[in-house]
Amino acid sequence: MEPILTKYVREPNSFTLDFYLKHQGYEGLKKALGMKPNDIIELVKASGLRGRGGAGFPTGLKWQFVDKKNEPRYIACNADESEPGTFKDHVLMERNPHLLFEGCLIGCWAIGAKVAYIYIRGEFFHVQQVLEAELAKAYKQGYVGKNILGTGFDCDIVIHRGAGAYEAGEETALIESLEGKRAQPRIKPPFPAVAGLYNKPTAVNNVETLCNLPPIILNGAEWFTSLGPEKNGGPKLYCVSGHVKKPGVFEAPMKTTLRELIFDYAGGIRDGHKLKAVIPGGSSVPILLPDQLDIPASFDDVQKAGSMLGSAGIIVMDETTCMVWAARNLLYFYKHESCGKCTPCREGGDWLYKILTRIESGEGEMRDIDLLVSVGNNIAGKTLCAFGDAAATPALTTVKHFRAEFEAHVREGRCTVPADWRASRMPVGAH
Amino acid sequence: MSFHPLMAYEPARFQKSERDTLDEGKPFEFTRERRAILDEMLTRYPADQRRSAVLGALYLVQEQEGYLTANGLRHVAGILDMTPAEVEDVATYYVMFFKERVGKYVLQVCRTLSCALGGAERVTEALSDKLGIKVGETDASGMFTLLEFECLGACDRAPVVMVNNELWHENATPESCAKLVDDIKTRGGAALSGCHLRVEK
Repeated sequence: MEPILTKYVREPNSFTLDFYLKHQGYEGLKKALGMKPNDIIELVKASGLRGRGGAGFPTGLKWQFVDKKNEPRYIACNADESEPGTFKDHVLMERNPHLLFEGCLIGCWAIGAKVAYIYIRGEFFHVQQVLEAELAKAYKQGYVGKNILGTGFDCDIVIHRGAGAYEAGEETALIESLEGKRAQPRIKPPFPAVAGLYNKPTAVNNVETLCNLPPIILNGAEWFTSLGPEKNGGPKLYCVSGHVKKPGVFEAPMKTTLRELIFDYAGGIRDGHKLKAVIPGGSSVPILLPDQLDIPASFDDVQKAGSMLGSAGIIVMDETTCMVWAARNLLYFYKHESCGKCTPCREGGDWLYKILTRIESGEGEMRDIDLLVSVGNNIAGKTLCAFGDAAATPALTTVKHFRAEFEAHVREGRCTVPADWRASRMPVGAH
Repeated sequence: MSFHPLMAYEPARFQKSERDTLDEGKPFEFTRERRAILDEMLTRYPADQRRSAVLGALYLVQEQEGYLTANGLRHVAGILDMTPAEVEDVATYYVMFFKERVGKYVLQVCRTLSCALGGAERVTEALSDKLGIKVGETDASGMFTLLEFECLGACDRAPVVMVNNELWHENATPESCAKLVDDIKTRGGAALSGCHLRVEK
């Protein structure tokens, strides 16, 4: 398949308005503004476009739920790309920012919003500079702002810089952060579609999701569905990182298998090593083993295999990776990033990290392994947002697939899988 | 004479706040340029939602003072119609705000899984050795602070080092990092590789 969203990202000036206008730029918006908002929602529903942020929820349905009786309404674009292993929106925003603006405007037209807030993570400062410079150009040429393209449609786009919080990627936490508060999730319901930003109806959409709108408007729902397996249409960006020869962002239809993504697109495992485990959808999802990779990398097929496509951040680990170490690495992340609102996640994440540290440093006991499972199961599903499940997953999935490795650590009183790329002395840094 | 006998409270059992408080810092007021930036920022949000600009305002305090001070936070609170406690509540949540004085260059090594698989732990060790400080410390000259950071979203260029919240250095190695420290001393931020998307043709 020829790339659609990332077709021109290697061109030197792909991010400029001039370049974009020469390649069908804002044509989707023109067409959309000639359509009734409801027809756009129906078109997006027919296309089956599913949210690219992680949950895979149908975008058209999300928009349909937006309370059309209440004003003003908002689009909040989730550009807080923080899921470990994910770096696709980074490329889209830095190399194709106008595609995102166009998607935001189409979304606003469809749900009747007058402002789209792009919440970009604070670490993407260089990306934000590109976005702001290009947005100013789009304002100047009448693609954003008052009376867009002479149609009478007014719509602003605001870029809002976050300040380093993984949890801000959760939709209600993102809204809280936009309102100038700690990024902590809200109790749902009410859902953002009814009471979101400033208590007004809000659609929270991922960058890649919004970027899919212009091509859907231009080419139609049928074209979009035909690109992938049933209910998993359209182009998808995959991020492959870890022990592969050519890590990077690859655009492919969702019928592409995980094995093709790792061995063809990303060039396979580094020389002299063999594949041990794959995390297919960002650090929050269960591990898949080498014999489980011959499945299409679609939302539904990956779920059937016992994991999730999530944000399509594929992390590849070869045989030099100690799975206790990997789980500990991720649990430090989750313990650090937990917003602290729900006790199971705030306390449990820390417990998991401490138990894993014990086992990894050779001071664990056999019963610690079952303790991990017990604590993990008491976090998952018992918190306001999906963070709890995400934090428990690295511990639960590594014990499930690599229990023998945990037992070997306890039996031998040391890490049994040495690697030349890991710290030469323990502990590393502050923790 | 009191009607009731005096209850013997144990002072040690009183609840007390254990939080670290921020440095008072110098008396604070935004420079005219920064105040203008903040005022412009406020136009992007509904008039009754001034607090939405708090993250932006805190970045400006940090830019002016190098880190967040209690005086800076009070100034922000006054402008945004918030209480100082509300501003502190926000400020202490987000990791990109420094709550104590830091070096001129804050080296933040991404430590999460993909970067770690690419050798980030050794990069941290090399920087620690080169600077003679542990993670979380600032060197004696006040030039460098070494920190670890959570996933920066550039896992294809692992390991990544972010400097001062704005500049990136990608594909770091233990060998290149010792040299990087020397280069920053002479060339400043220009020594960093930047984000690859911009560097590639």
